Amino acid sequence: MADVTFTVDGKKLTAPAGTLLIDACRKAGIEIPAFCYYPGLSLQAACRMCVVRLEKVPKLQTACTTPVAEGMVVTTESDEIKQSRKAILELLLGNHPLDCPVCDAGGECELQDMTFKYGAAESKYVEIKQHREEQQWSPVVFFDRPRCILCYRCVRVCGEGMDVWALGVQNRGVSSVISPNGEDHLDCEECGMCIDICPVGALTSGTYRYKTRPWEMNHVATVCTHCGDGCKTTLGVRSVDDGSEIIRGDNRDKSGMNGDFLCIKGRYAFDFTTREDRITKPLVRQPNGQLAEVSWEQALEHAGMKLREIRDTRGGSAIGVIGSTRTTNEEAYLLQKFARTVLNTNNIDHHRTADYASFAAALQGKAGRTASLRDFLTAPAILLLGNDATEQHPALAWNIRSNVRQNRARLYVANHADIKLHRQAKSFLQIPQDGYAALVQYLAGNEAGFDGTEISAAFREALRKEESLVIAFGSEFRGRDIQSLVDFGLGLPNVKFAALGDYANSRGAADMGLMPDLLPGYVPLAAAKHFGEEYPSLPSAPGLDMLQMFDAAEAGNLGALYVVGSNPVERYGIDPTALKNTFLIVQDMFMTETAAVADVIFPAANLYEKSGTVTNTYGDLQLAKKAADKAGVRTDFELIVRLADKMGADPKKLVPFGRGVRADMGQTRGAQSGEADRHAVWLAANNLEPKLSPFDPFAVFDEIQRLVPSYNVSRFELLGGQDKQTRSDLVQIELDPARRDLVLPANDTLFTSGTLGRYSRMLHSVMESRTTKPAETAAD
Amino acid sequence: MPRLVSHPDEVKIISRRFGQGAAEIDRYIELDGYKAAQAAIEKGPEWIIAEMKASGLRGRGGAGFPTGMKWSFVPKQSEKPKYVLVNGDESEPGTCKDHLIFLHDPHAVIEGTLIAGLAIGAKMGFIYLRGEYRYLLKIMEKAVADAYAKGFLGKNIFGSGIDFEVVTQTGAGAYEVGEESALMESLEGKRGVPRIKPPFPAVVGLYGGPTVINNAETIATAPHILLMGGEAYAKVGTERNGGTRLFGISGHVERPGVYELPMGFNLKRAIYEVAGGIPGGKKLKAVVPGGSSTPVLLPEEIDVGLDFDQMAKAGTMLGSGGVVVIDESVCMVEFALRTIKFYQHESCGWCIPCREGTDWLKKSITRLHAGGAVDKDIDNIRYLAENMMGRTFCPLGDAAAMPTIGFVKKFRHEFEEHLNGKGCPYEHQREAVLV
Ligand code: SF4
Ligand code: SF4
Ligand code: SF4
Ligand code: FES
Repeated sequence: MADVTFTVDGKKLTAPAGTLLIDACRKAGIEIPAFCYYPGLSLQAACRMCVVRLEKVPKLQTACTTPVAEGMVVTTESDEIKQSRKAILELLLGNHPLDCPVCDAGGECELQDMTFKYGAAESKYVEIKQHREEQQWSPVVFFDRPRCILCYRCVRVCGEGMDVWALGVQNRGVSSVISPNGEDHLDCEECGMCIDICPVGALTSGTYRYKTRPWEMNHVATVCTHCGDGCKTTLGVRSVDDGSEIIRGDNRDKSGMNGDFLCIKGRYAFDFTTREDRITKPLVRQPNGQLAEVSWEQALEHAGMKLREIRDTRGGSAIGVIGSTRTTNEEAYLLQKFARTVLNTNNIDHHRTADYASFAAALQGKAGRTASLRDFLTAPAILLLGNDATEQHPALAWNIRSNVRQNRARLYVANHADIKLHRQAKSFLQIPQDGYAALVQYLAGNEAGFDGTEISAAFREALRKEESLVIAFGSEFRGRDIQSLVDFGLGLPNVKFAALGDYANSRGAADMGLMPDLLPGYVPLAAAKHFGEEYPSLPSAPGLDMLQMFDAAEAGNLGALYVVGSNPVERYGIDPTALKNTFLIVQDMFMTETAAVADVIFPAANLYEKSGTVTNTYGDLQLAKKAADKAGVRTDFELIVRLADKMGADPKKLVPFGRGVRADMGQTRGAQSGEADRHAVWLAANNLEPKLSPFDPFAVFDEIQRLVPSYNVSRFELLGGQDKQTRSDLVQIELDPARRDLVLPANDTLFTSGTLGRYSRMLHSVMESRTTKPAETAAD
Repeated sequence: MPRLVSHPDEVKIISRRFGQGAAEIDRYIELDGYKAAQAAIEKGPEWIIAEMKASGLRGRGGAGFPTGMKWSFVPKQSEKPKYVLVNGDESEPGTCKDHLIFLHDPHAVIEGTLIAGLAIGAKMGFIYLRGEYRYLLKIMEKAVADAYAKGFLGKNIFGSGIDFEVVTQTGAGAYEVGEESALMESLEGKRGVPRIKPPFPAVVGLYGGPTVINNAETIATAPHILLMGGEAYAKVGTERNGGTRLFGISGHVERPGVYELPMGFNLKRAIYEVAGGIPGGKKLKAVVPGGSSTPVLLPEEIDVGLDFDQMAKAGTMLGSGGVVVIDESVCMVEFALRTIKFYQHESCGWCIPCREGTDWLKKSITRLHAGGAVDKDIDNIRYLAENMMGRTFCPLGDAAAMPTIGFVKKFRHEFEEHLNGKGCPYEHQREAVLV
C-alpha cells in the first residue's frame, strides 16, 4: 500500500497506509503500552491501555485498532492519557493478588512494568479480592486465575497460532475466566505457547513454577537439541553443586527462525540433563563381566590402547564408528576425521533419517534452491509432500500456519494420511502410502502409475500456476525419487526445496561426512584430492555402512566399534550378542541398550552442555552455546581428541589449534564457556582469537569452512546468534546409483524424541496424562 | 405483561393495530397489511430509501441514527450475501415497547424486514428476540409461517420473482447482545461480545456480509411510512425527529404503560397528563427519561420535549423511550445501586474498564448504601465512573457510568446521608423500587 505521512508526538512519521498505529509507533521507537495487542494475532481492543488522542476525534482511541492515515495527528502521552492508563491499572490491581514476591512472573511481568511506569500507588477499594485456587490443567500448564488480566493472548495463540483451540473464555462480566475447552483439563499439544505469551503470572509451567526468580538465572541463547527444525531457544540456568542446571527453556528474544515458537520438547524436555541416572563416571568392563567405575585416565588409556592394538594388528577396516544426529558439526566432523586419519577406516555411519546425499546430488550446482526454515514464513505458496509436520517438524508447521494466516499463503499438501495441516491447506491430496514417486511423475505430467482424479488434476493445475513455491518433502522421498522431484520442481518458475529429517543435527551429520562413502561436504572418496593435506592417510575404498558393520560384527570381523551419542542396538533391533566379539566403546549420557553391552563407557555432555554449530534439516547453520554444566561428563569433542592422544596421534593434526602458539591441554572447559561477550564474538568472527586449546571447536570449524565450501558463511552473524544458510550449490557429487540410502525415519511424535525423549520425565508425564496416547518410539 | 393503555394525546401509527387481533395474518391484511410491501416491490429500492429518508425516522433502539441513511450505506454490489437483521433484544431496563409489537403486530415486523431487504437487495432477514421473550417466539414463528403460506415470504414473493427468507432466533439472555455487533456474534453462535468497528455492519456484518441491523420498532415503522408517505410521517414529529415513538412510562405514575406519542412531546405532560401523574399525592423526586442508562433528570428539568435533540440539550438522552418516574419515597442511592447491579451483571467482560469498573462500582455503592463508606468514597465512585466514560470497548460501559455520574452529581446529599455507619435512611419506609 502507498505510504502515508502522519504526526506522532510532534514527529513526522511515514508508514504504509493501513499499518496499525501501534505498530507504526513501535517501529519509530515510540512505545505504546498494550496488554491485549500481540503482533500476528487477531485484534481485541480489550485492555484499553493503548489509548491515544487523535486530533479532531472526541474520544481517546485505541492505537491497536487504528490504521494510520494521511495527515493524522496523534498524541501518545499526555496527562489525560496517563490518567486513563492509570485508571485501568487501578482497576486491574484492585483484584490482583499482588503475590509478586512468589509469582513466577515477578521481574518479568508486564503488569509490574506498566504499574512502574504509570503508577497506581493508592488503593481505592477496601472490598475483598476474589480468590480462586490455582488449577492444574496438564503436566505442563497451571492456571492461577486471580492473576489473569484477561488479555486473551493465550486463547488466541492456542487457537490462531497453534490451531489447537484448547482454551476459551467462560462466563461473562467479572466472572469471565479463561478455561480449557475440555472443561478441567487440556488434551492439547502442550507447547506452552500460552504460558510464554501470558503477560502476567496467570499461566505457569509445571517445570518452572516456584523454582526460581528470573534474575537468579543466566540466560543462554542456543539451539534446541530435539527435532530437525533447530529452533533457537534461550535456556535459563542456575548454579547447583554439580555444575549449572537448566531451569527453563523459552524464547526470549524471538530472533530465531522459529519466531515466537517452541514446542513442548524445546520448551520443557531439557530435564534429561538432570536425571539422577546420568552416567558421570567412566565405566570399564572388568574380567568378571561387570562394569566398574574407573578414573578417566584409566578408561581412556584402556580404550586408546585397545583401539591402537586392533588397528595395528587387524587394520582400520576392522574398526567401525557410529556417530550421532545430536552432536555438533565440529564433533561429527572430528569423529569422521578421527576415524579416517587415526583409525584408518571408512567404516563410518550414523542413523540416517533423510537422504541428504541424494538431495545434495540433485541440487549440486544450483544456487539458491534450498529453503530455509524462514522461507516457510514468507513463501507465497508451499507444497508439503509426505511428513506430518505438526508432529515431526513442529516449528515448520508453526511457520506454515503463520504464513497461511497472516499472508494468505497457499498450502498444498499431499499425504497418505489426513494430517492436521490439511486444515490450512488450500488443496489436499490423499495418496496411497507408496504413491509418492508416482505422484511426482503425475505432477510432472506423466499420468501412468497414478490414479488421477478431478481433485488431483486441480491440485496439479493450481501448483503449476504458482510463480514461487517452496517444496518440503519427508523421508518418504529417497534416492531417485528426490531427483525426479527436484527435476519436476526446477521446471516451475521459482522453486526452493527442503528435505525433512528428524534430529537436531541429522543434516549436519550427513554434511560432515559421517558416511562410509562420502567425505564432509558429500565429497566422494575418489574425489578427495583437496583433502590431502588434512587427511594424509585416507583409506580410498568406501567403508561399511551401519548394517554392514553389524553384519561384520556378527561374523567376527569387527574388532572394535566406537559409538558416539547413538543407540543403534535399540534403533536397528540388533541382537546384542552379535557384538560379543567386538570391543565396544560408547559415549553417552545414559545406560542405553547399546551402552549396556559396551566395554568402555564415557559419560558424555549433551548439546546443552557444549558449544559449536549445528545445521538443521533446512541447512540453516546456527551456533549452539554452552548453557548447562554437569560435573563428571565431557564433551564428545574432548573425548575424541583425548582418545586420539592416547592412541599416540598428534592432536594438532586432528584439531588445527595453536597456530604456533603453545597450548595448554589443561584449560579445556573454559574455552567453551557460555555466552561470549561482544568483543570475543568479534575476535572469533574475524578469526583473530587464538585457538589455544585442542578442545576448541572453532579450531575445527576453521577447517570445516576451509574444506566444505557450503559452510563458508559469515561468521560474524553466526557468532552473533543468527542463522546462516549453507549453500548446497557448492556441492560436487556423483552418487553411485546402487548406493543404499539406509534411511530409517524416526517417526517421532510431538511427545517423543528418540532415546533422548525416553529420558525426559516431562514428556512421559504428558503422554501418561493424555486420553489419546500416541505410539511411543524408540531409540537413537 | 404490560396492559394496553390509551390516551387522547396519543398519535397511533405504529400501535394502530394493537389490540385488533392483527397477529392473525388475515386480520393484518384487512388492516392494510402487506400493502406497503407490495408497493415497495413495485416501486423499487430507490423509492423506499427516498421515503425513509423523507420520513426523518431515526433508530428507535436508542442511538437515533437516521434509518434511511443507514440503508443507503449498504453497497449495491456485494460478493457475500446481504442480510437484514432485526434487533428485538429489548433489554434496557424500563423499556417494553418492542414486546408489544411482537405480541400485537408481528406481521409489521415481518413486513418491515421485507421492505428493508428490498431496499438493500438482501434475500434474507433474521428476527432476533431476546432470550427472555421466548414466549413471544411462538407468535413470531406462527406469523412467519403464515406469511410463507400466503407466498409473502419464500420464493417468488407476491409473484414478483423476488425471493426473500425470514428466520427467527432467540438470544440466551444477555443485555450485551442488544449491541448490534454482539448480536451478530450471538446469532452466529458465538459468545455475545461486540466486534471491533470499523468495519461497520453495513459493510461487513452477519457472516461477513453487508448487513442492515435495526431495532424492531424501527423496522415495524417502515411499512407505515411507506403507506402514509415519508413526508406525512415526518410532519407528525419535530424537526429532524420525524414521526411518533412508543414511550413506556413506568414507576410512580397512575397509569403506567406504553403510549405512542409524537416525537418532541413534552415529558412533563407525558408524566402528569398522559400517565396520570404521581399516585398518593407524593412528590416527584426524579425521572430517568430513556431507559436505565440515561442520566437522571430532576423535577425542575422535565419540562422538555421528548426528542433526540431536546433531550441532549437537557444533558440526557432520549434513549429507548423507557421513562421511569421516581417519587420521594425512593432512596436514590439504592436506585443507583439497582442500576449498577444490572450493568455489572450484564457486562460481557470483554474490556477491562467495563468488566472491572462495573464490579467496583457495585461493590462500592453496596457498601455505601449499607453505611460502610466515608466521604472520599463518594468521590471514588464518581472517579471510577468518570474513568470508564468513553474508555470502554462498547457503549455498555458508558451506559453504566453515565447514570452513576448523574446520580452522584444530582443526589450527592443522599449519598452523604448514608456515610459513616448511618446506612439507608429510607430503609424503614421503603416500598419496592420499580425498575
Ligand atoms: S500448551 Fe499449547 S496447545 Fe496447550 S493450551 Fe497452551 S497454547 Fe494451547
Ligand atoms: S491467562 Fe494470561 S494470557 Fe491468558 S488471558 Fe489471562 S493474562 Fe492473558
Ligand atoms: S520444533 Fe523441534 S527444534 Fe523446535 S522446539 Fe520443538 S523439538 Fe525443538
Ligand atoms: S492493546 Fe489496544 S486495547 Fe489492548
